[in-house]
Amino acid sequence: MRTRLIIVAVLFAVALFVPLLGQPYYTKLAVRMAVFALAAMSLDLIVGYAGLVSFGHAAFFGLGCYAAGVLPMVGVQNFVVVFAVAALAAALIGLVTGAISLRASGLYFIFITLAFAQMVFYVAQGMRPLSGDDGFRLPAPTLLGGLRLTDPHVLLYLMLAILALAAGISYRVTQSRFGQVVQAARDNAMKLSAIGLPAYPYRLALYTYACALAGIAGAAYANLTEFVAPNTMSWVVSGELLFMVILGTAGTLFGAIIGAVVFVGLEQILSSYTEYWLFPLGVILVLRVLVLKR
Amino acid sequence: MSLLDIRQARKSFGALCVTDNVELDVKEGEIHALIGPNGAGKSCLIGEITGELALDAGEVHFGGERVDRLPVHARAQRGLKRAYQVPQFFSSFTAAGNVALARVACTRTGWSAWRRPRMDDASVFLRQVGLESVAQRPSASLGHGEKRQLELAMAFAGEPKLLLLDEPLAGLGPGDSERMVGLLRSMRGRYAMLLVEHDMEAVFTLADRISVLVAGRIIASGTAVEIRANPEVRAAYLGEGH
Repeated sequence: MRTRLIIVAVLFAVALFVPLLGQPYYTKLAVRMAVFALAAMSLDLIVGYAGLVSFGHAAFFGLGCYAAGVLPMVGVQNFVVVFAVAALAAALIGLVTGAISLRASGLYFIFITLAFAQMVFYVAQGMRPLSGDDGFRLPAPTLLGGLRLTDPHVLLYLMLAILALAAGISYRVTQSRFGQVVQAARDNAMKLSAIGLPAYPYRLALYTYACALAGIAGAAYANLTEFVAPNTMSWVVSGELLFMVILGTAGTLFGAIIGAVVFVGLEQILSSYTEYWLFPLGVILVLRVLVLKR
Repeated sequence: MSLLDIRQARKSFGALCVTDNVELDVKEGEIHALIGPNGAGKSCLIGEITGELALDAGEVHFGGERVDRLPVHARAQRGLKRAYQVPQFFSSFTAAGNVALARVACTRTGWSAWRRPRMDDASVFLRQVGLESVAQRPSASLGHGEKRQLELAMAFAGEPKLLLLDEPLAGLGPGDSERMVGLLRSMRGRYAMLLVEHDMEAVFTLADRISVLVAGRIIASGTAVEIRANPEVRAAYLGEGH
């Protein structure tokens, strides 16, 4: 845990100085890393701490994107409102779908989360007023005071602050009584009931919280790409988020941040060499799983 | 009045009747042993009391309240705490962490998403079972006897009214076994216990009353002296190697 914390601290420190390079490309890359770090970290709460493999986490990320894309259409650009709505929308859908998904576990949980995510994906794809499958340009940026979040420098510092806060709170939550109960449910749900605690409501609360974090990451992503499309919700993105969690070792929280940075970094580097960049990435994942310690 | 009262309990798996019109009660502070040959349905009966198995018919009353429709955790919250035949615990936690979780359950503070579990609390219960020296060890690395002790510490930490102990001596060496019997004896009167056990010596030492379960039916119930003298019991059970 200590080593990971140091690595994350160094990554943060480096990220703070990226804008000094004066190249928006690198700043955007750093934002992308921070956005996926937040999404991957939230997924790790479900996968690593609750012990439930969700294959539909991108749905909540995508919902956050759509919140940031739709609200400006009705004149809402305020950062607090946009990000709060993104978080709440993701949390609400997370609560409803989680209430059903968490009745299952293991393989069935994977299938149900995937099925719900695909439902959300197809709804977004079918929404003609929002250009359906094509998606749409972000009508107007989210505003923080007088600052536009579509400015990568602004978005980078904002995301670093949000990520640090979310990581700090999430870490404390995992150490808290609530967090310990969720992890105990992962170890032995039968025993948890026998000592007087039901696993279900605790799992659902954690799931909902994790979905809210993914929604926030999504709202930032819409400002980064200045585009909103259903593919942010696709199972491919869910798979990539899982990839990041596994790269950084599930159940380590800060590991997911490292995993996201490595994944996004590799994606940039490898795709500049070959259009078949997914292939070496797959090899890396296989190697990572084979040497996985826990 | 009885603390636990089982009335006309019935449970079948297909054609196999594991609980056949069972009537059983445990009084406050009493140690009630449940004996019977393998496959008699002893563990099933424990599961029916805790709620891990649903009854087909009949009632379970605990502390004057009907509990047979309540889920497992709700029954546990009312003071029904069990130890399993194969010790069950939270393997990624330390010994102290396991007991601390039992305290969290008992104090109903599981929704606190900020405060950590109290570890000082846990050490009291670990000392009670003689595990204070391994408090910080990962629970998965404990020896078999220690795991049994840990499960008992978790049960004590849950402030039980009735302890359901499913073969607490199974798999223990002579030394550990003696220690466990001593520990259970020291708890006599503090908690009522329903004890499933094959070790007859231990049963006759500990139990105030004994019930004999054979093929899902209680064939006899009484004090150690009465059970020893019962011809039906001797034929059905004690005769087998005792």
